[in-house]
Order: sequence, then C-alpha cells, then structure tokens
Amino acid sequence: MTDLSFSPRPLPRGGFSGGRREPPLRPEYERTVTATGPIGDVARPLSPWERLSNVTALRRLLVLAAVAALWQAAAVWQNNPLMFPTFTDTMAALWDGIRRDGLLSMAWTSLSVLLKGYAVAVVLAVLLTTVAVSTRIGNDLLSTLTSMFNPLPAIALLPIAMLWFGLGEVSLIFVLVHAVLWPLALNTHAGFTSVSETLRMAGRNYGLGNLRYVVTLLIPAAFPAILTGLKVGWAFAWRTLIAAELVFGVSSGKGGLGWFIFQNRNELYIDKVFAGLVTVILIGLLVENVVFRWIEVHTVRKWGMVR
Amino acid sequence: MNALTYPHSIDSDGLSERSLLDVSGVTLQYKTRRHLVTATYRVDFQVFQAERYVLLGPSGCGKSSLLKAVGGFLQPVEGAIRLNGHTVTRPGPDRMMVFQEFDQLPPWKTVKENVMFPLLASGKARRREAEEKALDCIARVNLTKFADVHPHMLSGGMKQRVAIARAMAMEPDILLMDEPFAALDALTRRKMQEELLQLWDDLRFTVLFVTHSIEEALVVGSRILVLSPHPGQVKAEINCDGYDHGAVGGAEFQALANRIHTMLFAEDVEGSGKGPSA
Repeated sequence: MTDLSFSPRPLPRGGFSGGRREPPLRPEYERTVTATGPIGDVARPLSPWERLSNVTALRRLLVLAAVAALWQAAAVWQNNPLMFPTFTDTMAALWDGIRRDGLLSMAWTSLSVLLKGYAVAVVLAVLLTTVAVSTRIGNDLLSTLTSMFNPLPAIALLPIAMLWFGLGEVSLIFVLVHAVLWPLALNTHAGFTSVSETLRMAGRNYGLGNLRYVVTLLIPAAFPAILTGLKVGWAFAWRTLIAAELVFGVSSGKGGLGWFIFQNRNELYIDKVFAGLVTVILIGLLVENVVFRWIEVHTVRKWGMVR
Repeated sequence: MNALTYPHSIDSDGLSERSLLDVSGVTLQYKTRRHLVTATYRVDFQVFQAERYVLLGPSGCGKSSLLKAVGGFLQPVEGAIRLNGHTVTRPGPDRMMVFQEFDQLPPWKTVKENVMFPLLASGKARRREAEEKALDCIARVNLTKFADVHPHMLSGGMKQRVAIARAMAMEPDILLMDEPFAALDALTRRKMQEELLQLWDDLRFTVLFVTHSIEEALVVGSRILVLSPHPGQVKAEINCDGYDHGAVGGAEFQALANRIHTMLFAEDVEGSGKGPSA
C-alpha cells in the first residue's frame, strides 16, 4: 500500500530517460558596457499632467469640488430651502454671517477655548505617560484610568462641570481636557511601548536619565503614534466643544460657533445653520490639512517613519 | 598580509593587573515567561588594551548575553565584570555598543546629529566640539557626503558605518560590537570588515566583537574566545592575529578554521561539553 521504497528507478523527467539531466555547458563571454549615449536618458522628467496629479492638495480640492457639486444638485432637486439650502445659498449665508453677525470672531471664541483645553490635556498626557513608562504602578494607573474614562462621553460630564465650575470657560475646558486626555495618553503610551528594543538600548547606552530619555528618545521615536493621538484628540475636542456650546449657550458674554448654530436654528435661518456647520468643517479641514500636515511633513515623513 | 600585527607581546605573568576588561566567573540568567534560562556559566576572560577580542560560538552560547552584560544591560547573577577596575553596574557611554539591527539609529536625527547625540547627551563635548568630532568620524567611515541625510535614506552598510562612527566619536574605553555585519550582504560585509581593520590600524581602539562566523572571527579578531552552547562555557582561547582577507583559504588559515570548527561541531554532536582537544 505504502509506496515509499527507495528503489533506484529512473524518474521520467520531461521525456528524458536515463539518469540525471545535466544543464548544457555554454560558452563564457565578457562584454564592455555601452555608454549611456545611444540608450538615451536614464531618467526622464514626468509630463506636466503626471506632475499635476502628484499634487495632493489639488487632488483633495477636486474631491471637495465634487462633494459641493453633489450637494448643490441634491438641494436643487429637493427644492426645499427651509430644510436643505443649496451650496450657493449656504456660501452666501456664510459670507453674510462673516460680514454682519461676526461669525469669525465667534469662531475665534470657540477656537481659543479649544486651544486652552487642548494644551492642558497635552501637558497632562505627557506627564501621565512619562510616569507610566517609568514605573510599573504608573503603567497600571494609566491603563486603568484610560479604560475607565475613555468610553465616558465628555458631554455626559457637562452637567457636573457646570455644577462645579459654573457657566464659564472653566467648565468647557474641563470637558475638553477629558475629551482629549485619554485618547492622547492611550496613543502615546502605545507608541512608547512599540519603540524598538535596540533603540532603547542605544539610548540607555548614552547614559540618558529618566526624563531626558523620555524627551530625547521615546517621544520622537513614538511620534507617529503620538501624532495620531493628537489628531484624534483634536477631532474629539471639536465635537465636544460644539456640542457643549449648543447646550451651554453663551459663556461670559461671548458666544461661540455652537451658539451661532443654536441661535439661528431657533430663528429658522437654516442657511445660516448650514453656514455655521460649514465653518466647523472648514476649520477642521484647515487644521488637518495645513497644521497637522505641516507637522507630519517636517517630522515623521522627513524621518522616513511613515510613507 | 601582516599589516595587522599585535601591538605588544604578552607574557602570562601579571596580566590581570593590566587588563582593561576583566570578566570573572560570570553566570548570566534571564527569565522567559516560563523558564529561567542560564545563558552562560562561570565564564572568565580578560581583554587588554588595543585587542580585537572576539566572542565566538553557535547560537545559544550566550555570547550576545555576555556582551550585553559588559554593556551593563544585564546583571550577572554570579561573578563580576570590571572595566578599568570598576565593576560594571549599568549602561554607560564608556562602553559604546554597535548593534546588529539597522534601527539602532534614531531616525529623526541626520547622520551628523546621530553621531553628535551621545557626545552631547553624555556631556562629553559642547556643541561645536561635538560637531567637529562627528564630522571627523564621519569622514573616517567615508560618509562625508551623507552627513546631513536622515538614516532612512542610507543602505544597511552605511547605517552600520554611522553606528561605528557614533561609537568611535565617543572614544569609549571599549567598543562593543554585537554581530554588527551579520545583517549585511556578503560583499558589503567583507568591505566593512576591511574598513574596521583599517580603522583599528589607525586608532588602535579596544573592541569586543561577537560573531558566529569562524571566518569573520579569524579575520576581524586578534584573539578568539570559543564558547560552547547551553549554557555558554569557555571552550578555548585562540590567538589569530594577522589574518586578513588575503589569508582566507591559505593552509594555515584553513587549519585554524578547521580546529575551531571541530571544537564547535563536536560540541554540537555530543552535547556534553567535552569535545576533542585540538
């Protein structure tokens, strides 16, 4: 049954029978390499069209234009300006809002609160993760805290924040810190733990102390993950802030973007509501594609850590 | 062929006082999730100034662990490691390490900044002095053109050169090399070995070199410590000064290579730690 005998029978190989098939013996030769002249250019410049299509900003603008066109078409087809204003109406309302309702200063009010909360959260996240990589109990602290608070929506803390800190900026900053701190700390810590052992040993070989080790070695080495954390934190902060302002209304006499949206909805200026939403989106696009992109190009891309 | 002669003759008397690195009775253990593994058992050896000392052995003989212990990354459970009479307790810039992996260079620093980094971090030099030193060492490893390039633009061999330049710039008491050329292709490896020997000829530093290649040990080293595996124990110490790539394949070289091969191979078969004495 089993045919595993080692009988030396010749295997049929490509119709050739009679022992091992040897490769043919072929003559050797040497050549002098041709100069590149007759071959032509070794490198050829790309055509203008190829170069144009390599510009990321241009491709993304194209996507935006397509979305705007789709919106316009859908709104015209719906023909219900109260519920769904067209793209052009929204742009007109946006322009009007900037000129007469002080939309820009409202956007700045929101942004300045946002930046304060974001900055506090970044500092806290760095401190927390530094403790977490230096000591084992710090590590336990961080993983327990993030698993406790990361799923907790920041808005759910707003009632308590209002009770504690009143109807002011401090309450907003409190919820913002909560929104940014945990995802950022989680990402930073994940980045720290994925730094290669060789690089760690190289750093310790230099005799770097704890804090300098984190600042000069771990943070740059974990920067791709930290950057992701910063982006996620930024998005969470924006959402939380706009939502909080919708609930909050005016804080300290100056309303933000959320307030602009809320107020105009109450007065049924739906095109202005859309204008407010578009402002939020535009700021988001700007920060992602200009600020974060700039950071990315000058750090992790330049270092070859991401493609 | 004999461009690399030993700097001074050694007599066996009173050596221990003059040794640069003294490893005595070192047992190394490390924990995996389930086991306590003994990497080396009571290993003794001494390294002298300007020696090219090679730790040679099959995988599992603890040669890398020994190097890490000298680097201060691993504490011996028994015995002591002394450098210039001081016991090694933690990593420090007096023992610069060149690793096998290409990711030993921080990717966010250019070649020059990479070489300057340990100089500045250890406070050994101020910025300007560090820059001068860095450029000098980069020139020594023939990378002047790439001084302002980030490591990801370099080939594997170039990265290893940067790592060597970085270690050199520190002028460490001893240079620790953990299979630095193992991840390179054969042609580049050969070139790097020659360059290392040339550098040694110029600067006469002390190097502790780990490899599992007999040929590399004979070419690079001036003295070889042969280790047996599971756990690592000293099998022999052999002088091998004066072999360069031109000697490879020569009768004398082959005889020595075969002698070492027999030692390692016999160990492999018997697994009992008593190979035939050559």
